Amino acid sequence: MSGIVFPTPDETILARRADIIAGLAKLVPPECLVTSEDERRAFETDGLMSYRRLPLAVVLPRSTEEVAAVMRYLHQEGVKVVARGAGTSLAGGAIPLEDSVIIGVGKMRRILDVDYANRAIKVETGCTNLSITDMVAPDGFFYAPDPSSQLACTIAGNIGMNSGGAHCLKYGVTTNNVLGVKMVLVDGTIVDIGGAHLDAAGLDLLGLIVGSEGQLGIVTEATLRILRSAESARPVLFGFPTSEEAGACVAAIIGAGIVPVAIEFMDKPAIEICEAFAHAGYPLDAGALLIIEVEGSAAEIDAELVRIIEIAKSHGVTTVKESKSAMETAAIWKGRKSAFGATGRIADYICMDGVIPTGRLPYVLHRLQEIVTSYGLRVANVFHAGDGNLHPLILYNCNDPEEQKKAEAAGEDILKLCVEVGGCLTGEHGVGIEKRELMNVQFNAEDLAQQMRARAVFDEGWLLNRGKVFPLAAAEAA
Amino acid sequence: MREILSPVNEAETAEMIREARAARRPIMIEGGDTRSGLGRPIAADRILSTRKLTGITLYEPAELVISARAGTPLAEIENTLRAKNQRLAFEPMDHRALFGTDGMPTIGAVAACNISGPRRIQTGAARDHLIGIRMVNGFGEIVKSGGRVMKNVTGLDLVKLCCGAHGTLGVFTEVTFKVLPEPETTSTLALHGLDDSKAIAALSAGLTSPFQITGAAHLPAGLESPEAEALTLLRLEGAPSSVDYRASALAKLLEAFGTTAVLAPDRATKLWSAVRDAHPLAEPRDAAIWRLSVAPSRGPAIVATVKRKLAARAFYDWGGGLVWLAVAAEGDAGAAAVRDALAEAGGSESGHATLIRAAEEMRGRINVFQPLAAPLMQISQGIKASFDPDHILNPGRMYAGV
Repeated sequence: MSGIVFPTPDETILARRADIIAGLAKLVPPECLVTSEDERRAFETDGLMSYRRLPLAVVLPRSTEEVAAVMRYLHQEGVKVVARGAGTSLAGGAIPLEDSVIIGVGKMRRILDVDYANRAIKVETGCTNLSITDMVAPDGFFYAPDPSSQLACTIAGNIGMNSGGAHCLKYGVTTNNVLGVKMVLVDGTIVDIGGAHLDAAGLDLLGLIVGSEGQLGIVTEATLRILRSAESARPVLFGFPTSEEAGACVAAIIGAGIVPVAIEFMDKPAIEICEAFAHAGYPLDAGALLIIEVEGSAAEIDAELVRIIEIAKSHGVTTVKESKSAMETAAIWKGRKSAFGATGRIADYICMDGVIPTGRLPYVLHRLQEIVTSYGLRVANVFHAGDGNLHPLILYNCNDPEEQKKAEAAGEDILKLCVEVGGCLTGEHGVGIEKRELMNVQFNAEDLAQQMRARAVFDEGWLLNRGKVFPLAAAEAA
Repeated sequence: MREILSPVNEAETAEMIREARAARRPIMIEGGDTRSGLGRPIAADRILSTRKLTGITLYEPAELVISARAGTPLAEIENTLRAKNQRLAFEPMDHRALFGTDGMPTIGAVAACNISGPRRIQTGAARDHLIGIRMVNGFGEIVKSGGRVMKNVTGLDLVKLCCGAHGTLGVFTEVTFKVLPEPETTSTLALHGLDDSKAIAALSAGLTSPFQITGAAHLPAGLESPEAEALTLLRLEGAPSSVDYRASALAKLLEAFGTTAVLAPDRATKLWSAVRDAHPLAEPRDAAIWRLSVAPSRGPAIVATVKRKLAARAFYDWGGGLVWLAVAAEGDAGAAAVRDALAEAGGSESGHATLIRAAEEMRGRINVFQPLAAPLMQISQGIKASFDPDHILNPGRMYAGV
């Protein structure tokens, strides 16, 4: 994907690199400041690895106050800032600019308060997503958003991208599960929004901040909603001869008034790739697979499954396999959650994240196959079917520039298709640099200008994560 | 009487706002006129009504989504959904009892004021179910955000920003909501005679159980009549066998708080409507009504602190996290007492208080919405200016300059 353009670095800032680093060194101890080229290499890209830029420096503060001091200084000096969590963004949301300083929250990993009575946990945002659930699981609680990268990705990144996951069909995405934040504004001002109560006061700034991709400030602490886990949960594998039948089954289940915790979809290539990696017992003879998870007491699960299985039967299901143990459940989810990694073992890929109305699933799957085939490439589909969030993985060889271009073009066509059928460009990965120019497909000039004016209220000089989210020409003109 | 503008479509709405902007004449936005008393008074001599922007534009039951023009009566939406065994799960409050109004609430106002009810505790607020908007901003431009799909992180989330902005950022012309299936059964368990802190502890025990409580309210003793006994309510919804199972498991879990009784369905339905609409505090009509959102466990202490300073009647929803409070509409209508009690309980993170019902004169001089820290106030005013630089739409509805 060599096609994505980066803003031209500001020569005057590049020339002042030594001075800027000297200024930063006065604010944080040496172990919090990364300046050598070798060490900066670790921060030059994220999950969109075909793009990389070396930042001026990387600061890893230990506290909100240090973040504020660094922001205040860089604001005074007119230096761009790129916020970073764990750097797992698939959209290039954390890739730096050459004239920017990265501020990472990786050293801020304290759990500040666990409050079961109020179903809330307060954490520093460098905590990984999974560490939140790990913290409260012994007491029977969990944090609902569960992106596949949850072992590595941070709460800061989840808030930046409004991350989802497999279980958000029932429990919502990050924005539905964040109650409050402490945020450092571009000039170093620290603000607190919300808390352990519902619906923060005033305009819903929290709603604007979640998913703003590091454009409004750096969130250093968050109060998150935690929920009591169901008594038990059971994933069931449903194999279908074709993707179309599996897609129609999803629509029929939801149409019947059943909303399971998760409905995940894999097509044949994805089944083969994931089974080879996880040995989860996925049916290799199936053309498509649904993983449907239901929860409650054993009797409640049985009752709901009877209804789901009946619907599946009327849609030609060929395999129904219930998890019989915690180990099987773990294997089933391991296969699904490592789908991207497992795919990476056999080919390079780009992962799309478009969303479509679920009723258009059979049509879109068919068109999507046609699109990718027309470029002479292969695709593996693995996605959150219950909410129509597709993740086509377009396979290609990254050492072949021609093939890379084709993969990129196929991805663009797929996202345009998603918008055309009434969906959107991204359901949980964010826009980043990857889909920046496609924003013009989903939004018109007025829509984008309104978003950019709201953004500029927080950062008049456009120092924060510049060159992301908004089409470059529009942002440069703003 | 204010002059009423009633555009018949989105284009005309935009045209009228451009004209209003050119003339620098602010307008007040109105749906069904059932909650026009919500917020600070607006200095405008004209009303823009959404009454002619009606009709459901999309309903796909299998995709759990409905779109309607902003002036569509809420009742029409609810009836349409009910015919397919679906609903707006956030249970929007009806303000007519509290305000003594008799118009038809609209779906646009539900979105504009982020109106939720008891089920907010479990399934989220209106803002969590609103997935798409079309609106006209103060420039008279048509702006869209979100869409009709369940997951969408494409660009800044103006849907949430504008939901609950009380029309200060734009006039909604069309809104799209996520809907959910109606449960087959509902069951309400009641505990009798608990004091506030025991009751909130019981609700917390329910809400931290795996039994999926969809309503958790407490009506203290003497609320509706001097002899009324305290009533603590927990609601369960779902398939019949599941509800039965959870009801008995929950009763067992709550044994320490007393004997639970399953309420008769009619009575339970009435009680949940009353809780949703703050009905127990509707009379006397001259009382000022406050709505507090707090950390649930702090609810009783905050109410006790207020009561030490002035006479107040209160009840709790959201497991204690939503406190409805009635005080005499004198002086500052208890603003200082209420907000001091919040501050005492833990500063800005402990919650916020909104003056829901009071005479216009009073809403003009008291902070109706919770005062914000200076940087957040500055941002809010900046956001207002980014949508409506000439303060044409509901100017000052939430705060001076917003």
